[in-house]
Amino acid sequence: MQVVIFDGVAYGMLLFLMAVGLSITMGLMGFVNLAHGSFAMVGGYAASVLMNKYEFGFFMSLVGAFVAAALMGGALEVSLYRRLYRAHPLDQVLLSIGLVFVSVASFTYLFGPTIQPFRLPELLSGSISIWGMEVGRYRLFLIITGVAVLLVLLTLLGRTRYGAMVRAAVDNQRVARGTGIHVQRLFFLTFAFGCGLAGLGGALSLGMLGLDPSFPLKYLVYFLIVVCVGGAGTIIGPFVAALLVGVVDVAGKYYVPEAGAFLIYVVMIVMLLVRPNGIVPKKGLA
Amino acid sequence: MKLIGMTSGKLRASEVLFWVLLASTYFLFPLKLTLMSQIMIIGLFAVSLDIALGYAGIVTVGHAAFFGAGSYAAGLLAKHGWNEPFGGLVLALVICTALGYLLSFLIVRGADLTKLMITIGVCVLLYELANRLTGITGGSDGLQGISMAPLLGVFEFDLYGKTAFCYSFFVVFLTFVVVRLILKSPFGLTLRGIHDSRKRMLAIGSPVESRLRTAYAISAGVAGIAGALMAQTTQFVGIESISFARSAEVMIILVLGGTGRLYGGMVGALVYMLVHDWFSELNPEYWMFWLGVFLIAAVMVGRGGIMGILAKIAKPGRAS
Repeated sequence: MQVVIFDGVAYGMLLFLMAVGLSITMGLMGFVNLAHGSFAMVGGYAASVLMNKYEFGFFMSLVGAFVAAALMGGALEVSLYRRLYRAHPLDQVLLSIGLVFVSVASFTYLFGPTIQPFRLPELLSGSISIWGMEVGRYRLFLIITGVAVLLVLLTLLGRTRYGAMVRAAVDNQRVARGTGIHVQRLFFLTFAFGCGLAGLGGALSLGMLGLDPSFPLKYLVYFLIVVCVGGAGTIIGPFVAALLVGVVDVAGKYYVPEAGAFLIYVVMIVMLLVRPNGIVPKKGLA
Repeated sequence: MKLIGMTSGKLRASEVLFWVLLASTYFLFPLKLTLMSQIMIIGLFAVSLDIALGYAGIVTVGHAAFFGAGSYAAGLLAKHGWNEPFGGLVLALVICTALGYLLSFLIVRGADLTKLMITIGVCVLLYELANRLTGITGGSDGLQGISMAPLLGVFEFDLYGKTAFCYSFFVVFLTFVVVRLILKSPFGLTLRGIHDSRKRMLAIGSPVESRLRTAYAISAGVAGIAGALMAQTTQFVGIESISFARSAEVMIILVLGGTGRLYGGMVGALVYMLVHDWFSELNPEYWMFWLGVFLIAAVMVGRGGIMGILAKIAKPGRAS
C-alpha cells in the first residue's frame, strides 16, 4: 500500500514536471499545444546522447536536457507558434499534431525505434529505508526534484517581478500590454522555460518510463489530463492533478491490472464533470 | 464567408459529374475496387467530421470513437447471427447517434480545451475498453470471423469486392444526399450562423446549444454508418479503427480536402488514400514525416484545402 502510494507520487512528480509547462502555455497564451511531449522527448534524447556518447555525468545531462528543450522551444516559438496565438484552436491543434508527427518520424529515423539505453548513476541506484519503508532512491530523487521545482516555480511566480508580469498577462492580456509589459517577450521566455522543464522531465523519465520515439503520442493524453483536470494556467492545479493521476494510475495497474489505463480515463471524465474548469480554476496563478 | 443561395438545393452539374465519375471507377479500375470502396467510406467518415468540425465548429479530435463504435456494433451483430447488412447499418446508426447525443451534453457546454479533452478522452477510453474486453472484441487482434449474408439475399460479397463496391457506393451516396439536405436546410444555415457568430445567433433567439447537440449527434450517426460499412465490406474490425491515430488521420483528410465544404471530406479522402496507396511501399516513418510537414504548411499557408483552391478558381460562391 505505502509502496504503491510512493511509486504513484514519484510518477505523479514526473508528470507534473512535464505538464506544468503545458499548463502555462495553455493558460497564458491560450495555445492548445499537443506537441508538448515532443519537447520532453527532445530533452530525454539530449540527455541520453550526452550520457552515452559524450560521457557526461547524470546531473550535467539533466542540465543539458533542459537547455536543449528550451532552445528547441524558443526556436519553434519564434518561427511557428508566435503566428498562431490568435488563431482558431483547430489551427493550433493541426500545427501541433504536425509537429508531433515530424518529431516522431525524425527521432525514429535518427535513433531507431527502440528504447534508449539508460544506466542509473551509483548515487541513485538501489533503495533506501525511510521510516521502515524500503523506497527506491531514484523515485525519492524524483519526488525531491518535483517538490523543488514546485517551490521554485511558486517563488518565481509569486515573489518576483517577472512572475507578477506573467500573472498579469494570464489574467488580462490587453490590460497587461497597456501597462507597458512586453507581452511577446514574456510569452517567448515563458514558452522556452516551460519547454525546458518538459525536457528535464523527459530526461528524468529515462529511468522510470523508458524513452522511445512514440513517447509524445503515448503520454500526450496524460499531459492533457493533468492540465485539464488541474486547471490550465495554474501551478498548484497541475501539481495536485499530477499526483492524483500518478497514484490512481499506479494503484490501478497494481490492484486491477486487467483494467489497464481504463481507470485513469474514468477519473478524468468524472473530474471534468464535477469541476469543468479544473481543480484550481484559473484566477491568478498559484 | 461564402455566398449561400437558398436555391442551391438542387443537385448541380458538377456534383452529378463527381458521383458519375466515382461510380465509373467500377468499370475503369476493376482491380482497385477494394481501395475505391475504402476511399468512399473514409470520405463519408470525413464528411461526418465536417458536420461537427467544419459546420458546427465543435473542436473534436476523437471522432474515431464513433467510427469504431459503429464498426464494432455492425461487426458484433454479424458475428452473432444477424448477417443481413442493412440491419448492421441501422444498429450502428442508432447506437452512434445515441452515444453522440449523450456525449454532446458534455461537449457543448465546455470551453474549447474541455471539448478537446473530452473528445480525446472518450476516444481513448473506448479504445482501452475494446482492447481489454478481448472476449467480446478480440482485443488487439481485432474482431474476426464476420461473415455477411448476400446483399438483398441475391448478391454475394465476392473476393474482387464488386458487391462491396456497389453496396458502399449506394450507402455512401444516399447518406451523403441526406447530409446535404440537412446542411442546406434552415437547420444547416443555423449551424453556419453559430459557427460564424455564436453571440448574434443567441441574440436573434436561436437555441444554440440544442442545435449544436443535434449536429453532434447527426455527425456521430454518420460516422457510425461509415464504421459499419467498413466492418461489413472488409469483414474485419481492427482495434486501430477506434484509435486516436485514426481520429487524427480523418482530421488530416478533412483539412486536405477543405473544412466547411460539402465535398471537402470526399475529395480529401480520394487524394489522401490514393497518395498513400502509391507510397505504400515507402517506410511508414517517411509517410508520417511528410504528413506532419503538410499539416504545418497547411496551417501556415491557410487551410482552404483542395476545395478552397477550386472555389478560388471557379466563380466565388460556386463551389461549396
